Amino acid sequence: MPLLEVENLQTHFRTPDGVNRAVDGVSFHVEEGETLAVVGESGCGKSVTANSILRLVPEPPGKIAGSIRFRGVDLLKLSEREMRSIRGNDISMIFQEPMTSLNPVLTVGRQLGETLRLHQRLGRREADERAVEMLRLVGIPEAKRRLDEYPHQMSGGMRQRVMIAIALSCRPKLLLADEPTTALDVTIQAQILDLMKDLKTKIGAAIVLITHDLGIVAEVAERVMVMYAGRKVEEAAVGLLYRNPRHPYTQGLFGAVPKLGSSLSGTQTKLAEIPGVVPSLKQRIEGCVFAGRCAQATELCRQVAPALELKAPGHLAACHYAPKEALAA
Amino acid sequence: MSAPLLQVNDLKKHFRLHSGLLGAGAATVYAVDGVSFSIEKGETLALVGESGCGKSTVGRCILRLTDITGGQVVLDGRRIDDLSIGALRPLRRRIQVVFQDPFSSLNPRLKVRDILAEPMRNFGLAKSGADLEAKIARLMDAVRLPRDAVDRWPHEFSGGQRQRIGIARALAAEPDLIVCDEAVSALDVSVKAQIVNLLQDLQQELGLALLFISHDLAIVEHMTRRVAVMYLGKIVELGAKRQIFAAPKHPYTQALLSAVPVPEPGAARKRIILQGDVPSPINPPSGCRFHTRCPYVFDRCRTQEPPLRPTENGHLAACHLHDLPAAQNPLAAVAAA
Repeated sequence: MPLLEVENLQTHFRTPDGVNRAVDGVSFHVEEGETLAVVGESGCGKSVTANSILRLVPEPPGKIAGSIRFRGVDLLKLSEREMRSIRGNDISMIFQEPMTSLNPVLTVGRQLGETLRLHQRLGRREADERAVEMLRLVGIPEAKRRLDEYPHQMSGGMRQRVMIAIALSCRPKLLLADEPTTALDVTIQAQILDLMKDLKTKIGAAIVLITHDLGIVAEVAERVMVMYAGRKVEEAAVGLLYRNPRHPYTQGLFGAVPKLGSSLSGTQTKLAEIPGVVPSLKQRIEGCVFAGRCAQATELCRQVAPALELKAPGHLAACHYAPKEALAA
Repeated sequence: MSAPLLQVNDLKKHFRLHSGLLGAGAATVYAVDGVSFSIEKGETLALVGESGCGKSTVGRCILRLTDITGGQVVLDGRRIDDLSIGALRPLRRRIQVVFQDPFSSLNPRLKVRDILAEPMRNFGLAKSGADLEAKIARLMDAVRLPRDAVDRWPHEFSGGQRQRIGIARALAAEPDLIVCDEAVSALDVSVKAQIVNLLQDLQQELGLALLFISHDLAIVEHMTRRVAVMYLGKIVELGAKRQIFAAPKHPYTQALLSAVPVPEPGAARKRIILQGDVPSPINPPSGCRFHTRCPYVFDRCRTQEPPLRPTENGHLAACHLHDLPAAQNPLAAVAAA
């Protein structure tokens, strides 16, 4: 049984000018200890997917449908109270903005301790001890002194380390990381990615990593799913997908990113553009969601939505024209 | 040889922080502290570095959006940093800017037509109303936006389209140099590629010079011919793109390059992870400003500041390691590898 099994997730928001289908029928699973990357551009529904797993989507105006089974239990059927015992305990989350996701008026120690006292029923002193231990684990020097500091006294990288410490303090089985390094500088990003890889082996949590950076995916993830306009358009093991992206959108993404070192190998060419913009999610899209921007789109694409199907062993793509390898029965 | 289009000599910009009554205990932020470079006509120079290194401040100083503390800004052989605002006004046409955030850099109360017309009216670039209309239409074509979009408001456009409007506005003044301050950083991958291509096309068509300020090394490598790397208010390395990306001559550049995640799974790379954070520009470290994070630091770095000087083929670097015999210089080893 996979650790997390999401089936036909639909998260819609009611807005004054129609229903926004932010996530529209997405299914995926996460195995124990695995790192799954969710890639896509702004508005593709990747963050809403993560927020839906923890039911952090305000209802109304949001509405989550489908099923999200965590160790066999459907999270969408739990009461708010039961859900609270899961958040931050079995499943925890790191957000993009280390500036806004910590409470500015509480010390770092208080914020770390809160999770521990609430979920693990630790006393104040034990919680403090564990908090120091966690801060050391995430590589914060002088951990004891730092407990009494406020978030504004720390740099962005430090704050993100504190966020990671809080997220991991209850030894979660699943960690949702929503663009955890996007707000950080490259040299700090390298530190945090390194830390996440290191902690993954130490703590053994599965990670769902949400990012738009294909470089980060290649460095930390084992499997990757590509989202576009609220749907999953491709999924495969990282090596497979990077060697042979099958969906035109994924191919477009790869072409649009300049590669470091391209000027040296003499392979530098013009960047490939994906023409146009992401379609509005407020109208029901007939046919393939990418048809409007796809160079290969035909009448079929505009009328019939392609099913997500196995194009090669372990390689799913939703495209009528993606080549299909003979699958061993 | 003619003079470069823009020359920046020993530029300094310090900000006084006021704290306490009567400025008691006031501190100074050394945002830009002695930066020199030049840009030729039609050339692109990239200014790269992490947040707080002073790269945007350099751009603002050149545009005179802020007064400078010391040094010179020379445009076409003429000093412009000490001109009065009135005397500077006609020259402003020649240096324009594209900002990072396409949402806050356009006036929401002006239609696209008026956004584009304003610079032309200011500098008297249109001979008549019809001429103005024709020029606006040409600008819309140049940035690949439909001509009939001129009657729409900024909020009706997506981020990428707004950035096109921002570029059109910069072009409206018929400049020689455009300062692109993280002009593509806020955009999504696919849109970013569109804007990068547009900038490159326009540069070729119009012979524009660009000062491309960015933290994204892959984009910089794609866009530019020469690169200056900044750290804590100083340029630590300046050279042709190939030199910088093939054989960086400063440990900071080396670490910066190795920190960029590469979209190749399982790529075997030696990664240099810098310890700690960038120190504060209020109290920059003594000697070499990078010495607190440098993996190759030795005694001299802590006390003596290395000057930016030529290493080979006009490639400039500010590092004491280049005084060591080649066998002891870890940067030389990288170059050879």
